[in-house]
Amino acid sequence: MLTPAESEALLLSLRVATESVAFNLPLATLIAWLLVRARFAGRTVLDAFVHLPLVLPPVVVGYLLLLLLGVHGPIGGWLYAAFGLRLAFTTTGAALATAVMSLPLMVRAIRLSLESIPAGLEDAARTLGAHAVDRFISITLPLMAPGILAGAVTAFAAGLGEFGAVITFASNIPGETQTLPLALYTALQSPGGDLPAARLAALSFGLGLAGLVVAEMIARRLRARLGQ
Amino acid sequence: MLDVDLTLRRGTFQLTARFACPTPGVIALFGASGAGKSTLANAIAGLLRPAAGHVRLDERVLFDGLTGIDVPVERRRIGYVFQDARLFPHLDVSANLDYGARRAPPEERYADREEIVVLLGLSALLGRRVNQLSGGERQRVALGRALLAQPRLLLLDEPLASVDSARREEVLPYLETLRDRYAIPMLYVSHQYDEVLRLASQIVLLADGCVLASGTPAELSGDDRLRALIGTEAVGAVLDVEVVDLDPHTGLVRVALGSGTLRFALPGARPGGRVRLNVLARDVILATSAPHGLSVRNALAGTLTELTDEGPDSVLASIAVDGARLLARITRAAVVELGLATGTPVWALVKAASLRGHAFSRGDQRAVR
Repeated sequence: MLTPAESEALLLSLRVATESVAFNLPLATLIAWLLVRARFAGRTVLDAFVHLPLVLPPVVVGYLLLLLLGVHGPIGGWLYAAFGLRLAFTTTGAALATAVMSLPLMVRAIRLSLESIPAGLEDAARTLGAHAVDRFISITLPLMAPGILAGAVTAFAAGLGEFGAVITFASNIPGETQTLPLALYTALQSPGGDLPAARLAALSFGLGLAGLVVAEMIARRLRARLGQ
Repeated sequence: MLDVDLTLRRGTFQLTARFACPTPGVIALFGASGAGKSTLANAIAGLLRPAAGHVRLDERVLFDGLTGIDVPVERRRIGYVFQDARLFPHLDVSANLDYGARRAPPEERYADREEIVVLLGLSALLGRRVNQLSGGERQRVALGRALLAQPRLLLLDEPLASVDSARREEVLPYLETLRDRYAIPMLYVSHQYDEVLRLASQIVLLADGCVLASGTPAELSGDDRLRALIGTEAVGAVLDVEVVDLDPHTGLVRVALGSGTLRFALPGARPGGRVRLNVLARDVILATSAPHGLSVRNALAGTLTELTDEGPDSVLASIAVDGARLLARITRAAVVELGLATGTPVWALVKAASLRGHAFSRGDQRAVR
């Protein structure tokens, strides 16, 4: 049904999206928790910074990543010198760029679910003898689960289609960083590529739709379980 | 002994609380809304930090502003039943009950799960999700959950406020059962005088962030600061008395009051049982001579000790009846026409049919004294 090139792009997209979600899950949960519960000086700045990818052109994000994490950048240079680790122009780099782009989506979803937890429940857990970590694991985290899952699925669906940041930071290398949208773009650039482009577009469309439907179903089921 | 002496500021609200009450027993924090009852309860639980002072429970220091001791909430071992129950929505009733139980130190266990489930009537609810419970059921689960954490003090912050009045009987009798079954000190926050009278062995009176008075309901029932809070209709003399005997012919119980007795109907009473009565001032009639040919069953000889103006034409009379005190609301006209004054010997007449008592466990009374 799919040509080898198509399935390669599809699998790569799935891998990049999965890795970006895996990378974002703990980070987004931590940031959401900090934004809702913690009171610290840089809160507003952190809030704005996390949301930057929503308003910046993705190419700018990719370019900034290249500046920071490229082998000549301050962080990328150190990673390369110390561990021989290269991020730019790799699959991991594509996942990282995707993660940065979808971080605000996840933070927002998790933050909403955290804000809807009555603070009184954690106090109740305290009076029942639960210390901070215990409370987080036994009360806060399960009640945030619908938000975390919905955020993860949305970010996954969005990550399948990340274009600008990936092509800038990780380039367009078939089998390595050429995900679905990049393959689609490449097809459009080549003569006679209309049909392959249409097939790839349909594939992207189906994936995105399925992702959103699954996200909504999971969220609904969890909300029902939690009686919300 | 629960020994509290603290100050706390929240915004413009200033709380200054100082009282010491014997434990076990039920201490009622009684006052109007906004008096600072919940703030005080939260400070005792450790959810709010006092600016200064101390909180001690049975020689254990929970907070001391001078030495810097501030035991964290989770280690205070104070059970808290919140107004809004605060059950965990992702857990069923059974798991809610187990939450505190699993975190309680094994050597401090006194409340058994099976027993609590039966005492609170929770057997049929165990598998339910908490959003399938009625208001009264929620509070009972919250009560069970708090008790199973094996607390050394149980705090109840208006647990009946979110339960509609018709369903309060779904909770109140259970509270009485717990009070009588376990020797655990309870702090009961309420602005409902009838609840307080049913449960409390001590009342701490709170108004505008200050403790006005504390003592037993019997001691405080004559206090004008309490009277100001409860409304004219509820004003009366609270008496903790003992059932002397039961008249099998009339079905009335006799309780000792000083050297005299009072008779009234009390289904289920047993000789020797303790009973709390609120003899309402509006139900007491004064006579200057021994009554004859009246339907009234209770006539007690006493001396008028105090006359307090209550309104333009009503006067509240205190009558000392051989070691106890009664209150009577009479008209100013009656005072003038009968020539009543402090020291006047009078008969206090109480209709048996107007007296409502409720059993008050012997064990608890003994513990309080």
